[in-house]
Amino acid sequence: MTKSLKIVPDKCTGCMQCELACSWVQTGTFAPSQSMIRVNVFDEEASFAPYTCVQCDEAWCMNACPVNAITIDPQSGAKVVLEPLCIGCHLCTIACPFGAIYTLPQSGKAGKCDLCGGEPACQKACPTDAIEFKELQDSDEWFGPWADRVDHRYREAED
Amino acid sequence: MSGWTGKLLRVDLSSGTHRIEDIRTDWLKQYIGGRGLAARYLYEEMDPRADPLGPENKLIFATGPLTGTPTPCGSRYMVVTKGALTNAITTSNSGGHWGPELKFAGYDMVILEGRAPKPSYLLVYDDRVELRDAATLWGKGVWKTEDGLREQLGIPNLRVSCIGQAGENLVRFACIMNDKHRAAGRSGVGAVMGSKNLKAIAVRGTGGVQIADPPAFMDALWKLRNAMSASESRQDLSELGTAPTIDFTNSFGGLPTRNFESGQFEGYENLNGNAIKDTRLVANKACFACDIACGRVCRLGDSADKFMVNTHPRNWRTAGEGPEYESAWALGADTGVSDLDAVLKANWLCNDLGMDPISMGATLAAAMELYQRGVIGDEDVEMPLNFGSAEALVRMTEATAYREGFGDVMAEGSKRMGDKLEHPEVFMGSKGQEFPAYDPRGFQGMGVAYATCNRGACHLRAWTPGVETSEMSPHTTEGKSEWVVHEQDRTTAHDNTGVCLFTSMAAGPLETLVPCTAAATGIDYTLDEFIKIGERTWNLERLWNLKAGFTAADDTLPKRLLEEGHADGPAAGVTVDLQAMLPVYYRERNWSPEGIPSQQKLLELGLASLQ
Repeated sequence: MTKSLKIVPDKCTGCMQCELACSWVQTGTFAPSQSMIRVNVFDEEASFAPYTCVQCDEAWCMNACPVNAITIDPQSGAKVVLEPLCIGCHLCTIACPFGAIYTLPQSGKAGKCDLCGGEPACQKACPTDAIEFKELQDSDEWFGPWADRVDHRYREAED
Repeated sequence: MSGWTGKLLRVDLSSGTHRIEDIRTDWLKQYIGGRGLAARYLYEEMDPRADPLGPENKLIFATGPLTGTPTPCGSRYMVVTKGALTNAITTSNSGGHWGPELKFAGYDMVILEGRAPKPSYLLVYDDRVELRDAATLWGKGVWKTEDGLREQLGIPNLRVSCIGQAGENLVRFACIMNDKHRAAGRSGVGAVMGSKNLKAIAVRGTGGVQIADPPAFMDALWKLRNAMSASESRQDLSELGTAPTIDFTNSFGGLPTRNFESGQFEGYENLNGNAIKDTRLVANKACFACDIACGRVCRLGDSADKFMVNTHPRNWRTAGEGPEYESAWALGADTGVSDLDAVLKANWLCNDLGMDPISMGATLAAAMELYQRGVIGDEDVEMPLNFGSAEALVRMTEATAYREGFGDVMAEGSKRMGDKLEHPEVFMGSKGQEFPAYDPRGFQGMGVAYATCNRGACHLRAWTPGVETSEMSPHTTEGKSEWVVHEQDRTTAHDNTGVCLFTSMAAGPLETLVPCTAAATGIDYTLDEFIKIGERTWNLERLWNLKAGFTAADDTLPKRLLEEGHADGPAAGVTVDLQAMLPVYYRERNWSPEGIPSQQKLLELGLASLQ
């Protein structure tokens, strides 16, 4: 099993340091709109959830790609986009159940988290340790407990 | 260009046209950005004697070179204009996410001129700039305005800076709010925006901030972030926000209570950091790039139904931001209210209606004093304005924003209210602006800091209580003026970079920002140059105020602080010896005894041609 980014939403304060760090690695400028990790804000719940690729074992983006432009990086185990091969067909962005692979506005090609080759900049940048880089034993570990609770709270509010 | 974008957006609201201009590079270098740069433009382009609510006033939103970078708390923008409350130059600072978004859209500054013929909002989406009809937003609160714009435009990541009903109704202390809960709070910048018929500036930017020397920047950045991570004051701010200051000021008799009648509040424990954390806190919330997260998100829960007002901004059971130290004091101790739920509700009302809670609380406190003394009778008000009345606090906050009943008088601020009712002595402030939460009789240094502040009474230009209670004595005058000059110059330089002042509190002094700014911009700034830039900006603001008609006679404090001491408490009997401190301040600044900068000083700062 490969290491991936585990998010602890309860620790997130919504400061966007992860987006800044990611965009710096991707583009060499500080441009959160280009980040591969995105902080979702649940305003009325005062809750923040950074969100990025979970590096699925069975990666639907990879399965969907018609030209095999998504491959596994042997060093980090991350699923990465080979930009020269990508034809910009968007199939991967439709296939991803988490919405964690994007079409880049500049090139029209796909972009996703590549774990920075094994040393994720977002994890280092987070001031509250809301992003952990570790092997997950169980897929529920990823967002599970938080999602359960928030879902419960929303249902309560609706009642 | 690195650090800066080098561009400013100039919008003529009267004609609905705009143009994008290069910012003068010599001014960027001389002022760094933000507050100083905007003040330089305002000095160049506007007659300081103009009516602050007239179309001749200009409204400038300005970021600094570190805004939008990961420099801790690099989130700030400044609103610079002629203050509706003060008639002086004002420089109102706010965090959140709006400032960085403006940089990402490609602009360091926005200059707004004239007055829109009808309610309008400005949309800035990278290089697409449109002045659009705001008919459906006018009359709405801050929270609905932001949600409404996102919905209308279908841009989920839109960042909105706007006014609420208070700004529309030209309440003299209306704020400009961004990201729903962040405020460019003081001096009535929201009234200026309202007078221009401008409801909001909605921004989305997909560009980035460039860095001139990446390795040097990363080195300086991580030094600063590591220092912050380890700092105890950072940990305290993260854990309890700013509200624990209540315990500190109260213990020194410097927590102004019931319109500065006393310096200690018996109900302080209901409003402090622990009370908020233990009873109402949901989460800590950070501004952009902030490693502290001092923002307190609270929830009223079942208490939401207490203290009803006529118009609820939205479901009160959900969460909102506040209170922090200043609002907990103004809406709490200063009005004698110790009910946290009432303070929280009044704070949310201020956020949603777009009003400065400091001036709101202080104005109500002054009205309560007049009610207690019988100057305001029951026939003048819809409910008794007794000190400590939670009902009055919440309802009068709403009435002020809508200018209903006696709220119409309060909406003019406590200076104008006192003058109108022929009791000017109830105004507790300077240059027309109400004092924040430090009684200068508990901390002498704050007296000279308030009296000399260019934007009227303010705690963010020179904060003395820390040093006065550690290295000095809080009740003596010695060394206070010198320290205030020193701090004013440093905080001004700090403001110009676009970084929150809490960075210096939590991670060390101004020194740490110099290498970040130098590496981001590619200009070899030194600490001495930074301090000189702070001094230059301070003197420029002073020159602006002198041209607006201010004199040394305005560098003063109310009689209550100069002649009447507290009856009891740690600061009992102490009065502010401004007479001793002010001449030292002028001398330290190299200003004449009339408070006018000397020719020699202006030459030294490169301002001689501006006189």
